[in-house]
Amino acid sequence: MSEENAKMRRVSSNPHVRSAVTTSNIMFWVTVSLLPAAGFGIYRFGINALIILLLSVASTVGTEFLYEKLMKKPVTIGDFSAVVTGLLLGMNLPSTVIWYIPVLGGIFAIFIVKMLFGGLGQNFMNPALGARCFLLISFPAAMTNFPLDAVSSATPLAALKNGEPVNVLNMVTGNISGTIGETSMICIVIGACILILLGIIDLKIPGSYIVSFALFVVIVQLIRGNGFNSAYLSAQLAGGGLMLGAFFMATDYVTSPITASGKILYGIFLGIMTGIFRMFGTAAEGVSYAIILGNLLVPLIEKITLPRAFGIPKPVREKHGKEADKA
Amino acid sequence: MANLTFSGGIHPYEGKELSKDKPIKTILPGNELVYPVSQHIGAPAKPIVNKGDHVLVGTKIAEAGGFVSAPIYSTVSGTVKGIEKRRVVTGAMIDSIIVENDGLYEEVEWVRPKPLDELTVEEKIALIREAGVVGMGGAGFPTAVKLAPKEPDKIDYVIANCSECEPYLTSDYRRMIEEPELLVGGLRIAVSLFPHARGILAVEDNKKDAAAILQKIVADDPLIDVKIVQTKYPEGAERMLIYACTGRQINSSMLPADAGCIVDNVDTLCAVNRAVTEGRPLMERIVTITGDAITDPCNYKVRIGMNYRDLIEDAGGFVTEPAKIISGGPMMGFAIFDLDVPTTKTASAITCLTKDAVAELEPSACINCAKCVEVCPERLIPKNLADAVENGQEERFLAEYGMECCECGCCSYICPARRQLTQLIKGMRKIQLAKRRK
Repeated sequence: MSEENAKMRRVSSNPHVRSAVTTSNIMFWVTVSLLPAAGFGIYRFGINALIILLLSVASTVGTEFLYEKLMKKPVTIGDFSAVVTGLLLGMNLPSTVIWYIPVLGGIFAIFIVKMLFGGLGQNFMNPALGARCFLLISFPAAMTNFPLDAVSSATPLAALKNGEPVNVLNMVTGNISGTIGETSMICIVIGACILILLGIIDLKIPGSYIVSFALFVVIVQLIRGNGFNSAYLSAQLAGGGLMLGAFFMATDYVTSPITASGKILYGIFLGIMTGIFRMFGTAAEGVSYAIILGNLLVPLIEKITLPRAFGIPKPVREKHGKEADKA
Repeated sequence: MANLTFSGGIHPYEGKELSKDKPIKTILPGNELVYPVSQHIGAPAKPIVNKGDHVLVGTKIAEAGGFVSAPIYSTVSGTVKGIEKRRVVTGAMIDSIIVENDGLYEEVEWVRPKPLDELTVEEKIALIREAGVVGMGGAGFPTAVKLAPKEPDKIDYVIANCSECEPYLTSDYRRMIEEPELLVGGLRIAVSLFPHARGILAVEDNKKDAAAILQKIVADDPLIDVKIVQTKYPEGAERMLIYACTGRQINSSMLPADAGCIVDNVDTLCAVNRAVTEGRPLMERIVTITGDAITDPCNYKVRIGMNYRDLIEDAGGFVTEPAKIISGGPMMGFAIFDLDVPTTKTASAITCLTKDAVAELEPSACINCAKCVEVCPERLIPKNLADAVENGQEERFLAEYGMECCECGCCSYICPARRQLTQLIKGMRKIQLAKRRK
């Protein structure tokens, strides 16, 4: 190479600067924002909960690593997305499950739901939720055995369904039975605030989800002739996986719509489906199934909510224009 | 009151503090000046000098090659060394007129136009055309063509684009601070070309001092307003600025005139002023030499045709070897591999960065985060368009409004997966535009 050539500088097409935010630091902050709720789960349910969470994360990260090694693909565990999946999966399990349940769940989440569909960004279903539903079907008893203070007890939602009274304050703080990460509404909302402040998520999906769910509950209660019962509504909102689901799982980038109006439509769909599952289904809970169902509709939602570009006139005129072109 | 703006956009590191307080310095060029015949959109100019000809400052060396074209003038006195292919900032080799500078700067005898109030609209436009004025913000569209739309009485606003939203650039800002009368005079001339037009000076709110100066000048002018627009990139993009100032929207197949607007950049209006009042052709522009690799970032009044290397040397050279040199700013500029290129009518800055953010980061898988959708000022889905390009789906690209992209670069900037979204979309747009031309 001549001296003149050696002096040539690198070129590329504009823009030449990039924001500081990368995929891995987004996933890192999602992990951080899950920690208050996970930490509360450990505090509430003891060392068992910690072991479940660790096994679950180890299983998702390990599966991704092994798969990519065996398939001779670049290893992507550094992007933290498998950690998020593992943590979410663990938080969706009762603290009493036997060790191989989180391990199997992690393998299912990463290998079946994520990697077989092409890896990060390609899966059509939230891996953690896919795995949770797989486990619910495979181990129904173990997956619904919720302890409170070492005694197996019904979740507040199950109690609510049976018409028993529930303590809403306990549901807000998390002093109830449930999965490891879903019990404390306060801790979940703290984590959600971190994500919102960092601009990682916004309120489009969680907001429309929670509001439409609340409206659905109120309307059904009124139709059933039960009148407006604020305690019942509060219990429905604070109970089960609604908050965890709305802020951390429905907002999963990969499996939610990309368009702004699509996000709102998706949130409304999830709200209504969760309402139907909870109020008309046999089980007390319905968030996981609602979100998974919503995931399947994402391509359709994106298609019908494709925005008109800036400066493009309303469709009626556009149609006219096209016909005029043909003529 | 909230400042005027559009939806979307980004807030990149501004970097303007490097050079914003540096007064404009006049710099004399070196021995050789290079004038590419294509410094504008449209037909290349036709050289009208031969090797050996003696030229003066202001001698026309190339005439307009068509209606959408612009003449080029010598900015020094000296001898024409020849016409040969030279490299320009885009990397292309362009026929260029080479003039050897004799260092005397002898000027031609200017033919002063009639006083402003005696000139007709046609005469003013003819003066602007003859002066070779083109859009100096970067596009290089001949200003005389822009200022003569089919229906002049339908123009409601002439917008002086004083937003300078591109990071690092301070050339327009210095003009506003140092020569506000020249700018406002240019805008008044542009407004006077249309029977019903008002003038708007659209300034971003990070340049409040400049806005205050302009406000003072136009305080008693019933036809001209200063409007503060939000500091955001790409506030100064033509379509976005029209929307911010007037609420009107145009798409890629429309001209600003279709929305009753004309948008001109600061330096362009200054050139319009000098063309119409003094009969002086476009021969100089303000160039910001900046970036963290430059010893002494500053703003220069540069004679067009001057070599970039001389500018960098006058600015003290490099503190550290730059990883990237950009002609223009970091969002819209061209990366150049060699400093041996001439200053053209559209060269607003040379930005030298010690860090090449693009080379350091490998693109990874899209996680569908929708950030590109949130920032796109054209309300597109950049992710879908880039996917369509990667998969060769031309029809989908067109159906999802790919041609509406203004190539502002916001999607590439924001993408956490570091995908080359703008670049992919830009590539496909080029292909489609070439097809249309056939």
